[in-house]
Amino acid sequence: MKYLDEYRDHRIARALAAEIVQSTTRPWVLMEICGGQTHTIMRYGLDELLPRGIELVHGPGCPVCVTPLETVDKAIALALRPDVILVSYGDMLRVPGSHSDLFRAKAQGADVRIAYSPTEAVKIARQNPDRKVVFLAIGFETTAPANAMAAWQAKREGLTNFSLLVSHVLVPPAIRALMVSRSNRVQGFIAPGHVCTVMGCKEYESLVRDFRVPIVVGGFEPVDILEAVLMLVRQLEAGEARLENQYVRSVSYQGNVPAQEIMAEVFEIADQKWRGIGPIPQSGLRLRKEYAAYDADLAFDLGEMTVDEPAECISAQVLQGLKKPTDCAAFGMRCTPENPLGAPMVSSEGACAAYYHYRRHAVAK
Amino acid sequence: MCLAIPGKILEIQELGPLRAGRVQFGGIVRQVSLNFVPEAGLGDYVMVHVGFAISRVDAEEAQRTYKLLEEMGTLAAELPPAEP
Repeated sequence: MKYLDEYRDHRIARALAAEIVQSTTRPWVLMEICGGQTHTIMRYGLDELLPRGIELVHGPGCPVCVTPLETVDKAIALALRPDVILVSYGDMLRVPGSHSDLFRAKAQGADVRIAYSPTEAVKIARQNPDRKVVFLAIGFETTAPANAMAAWQAKREGLTNFSLLVSHVLVPPAIRALMVSRSNRVQGFIAPGHVCTVMGCKEYESLVRDFRVPIVVGGFEPVDILEAVLMLVRQLEAGEARLENQYVRSVSYQGNVPAQEIMAEVFEIADQKWRGIGPIPQSGLRLRKEYAAYDADLAFDLGEMTVDEPAECISAQVLQGLKKPTDCAAFGMRCTPENPLGAPMVSSEGACAAYYHYRRHAVAK
Repeated sequence: MCLAIPGKILEIQELGPLRAGRVQFGGIVRQVSLNFVPEAGLGDYVMVHVGFAISRVDAEEAQRTYKLLEEMGTLAAELPPAEP
């Protein structure tokens, strides 16, 4: 496929890897933010092409992984109501809540439906006027405009049986939280290309300035990631800290303005809890009061729930890049994609799932 | 979840305030919202995420980047493989 195959060309990947080897004189710790990038790294074994000194640590950019346990529990509670159809992205179904998951709720008779696009959730609401349709609206900035469009469309059509259970997270506040953390080891970031496609590179300038840390906006194919690593290594070796854009074919400085506008119309920035990490100020989105009628939290009076993670799961450290999935005693044994203890083992973007699927569990380094 | 894949616009429909189109991904054709890419036209490639095009692929930029990279790759075919 055009714009995919050429960025998977092994000759180019090898050339970039050779260039990285030549450019590296000291060890560097780099973080790819997005779980999609983590999967590319594991799937193609890119980490094994890099010189030993370059360590890639995996970031918190997996929306399914950082969706709070409470939100999962709320979604399950809603799904089990006979008057509710709960619509979710497929990735969320196996994510463990405190006692169950949506998949099990479905097996118990709950009406849980998988949607590829939020517009399908609106369609389900239109077709089922006698049922209450709740869309589990999770995601980063990439997904927020599409989820916002669902709310906008429902309002425009005057649907009264549609609401969103919102759990939206934002990348720049998470990078800031990582950088101020005393345990931080990251010296350069690969910023998430599709988040930046929506928001533009501009949001990352203040991070580069405030922390003197190089940030390269990177794509998702092997060649993209290796090129982003090379750009970071060159900056670090030269003692520079700049914002660069590797993923120019999709990302501009301003980002996608129409997408930002619909986001701003429907959502406002709010404090947000991240699963495994905890609360980060001003790091999420909630519906504006003009859209309060579409807020499942208000429509169903769900209240506050506080629940604890399984003690054995180290996903908090994994999501902050402090530990690798293979550092976990439960990895691949008591925790597998079929029976996950934590969300990173479930999601197609979770670091633990990436290690598991691409057979990294045999060799814990 | 933040995955987006490139597809080619085959057909555009203007439905009141909404803009949609048929987009081809390899051998598959899907209906995609084009609300966020008013600048994209027939034959353009767009990056699609959860049924929404979030950018028009900058063909010139992609071509330029790829050429640079390819020159590197061709060159590398002459070099020994990278030592880990």
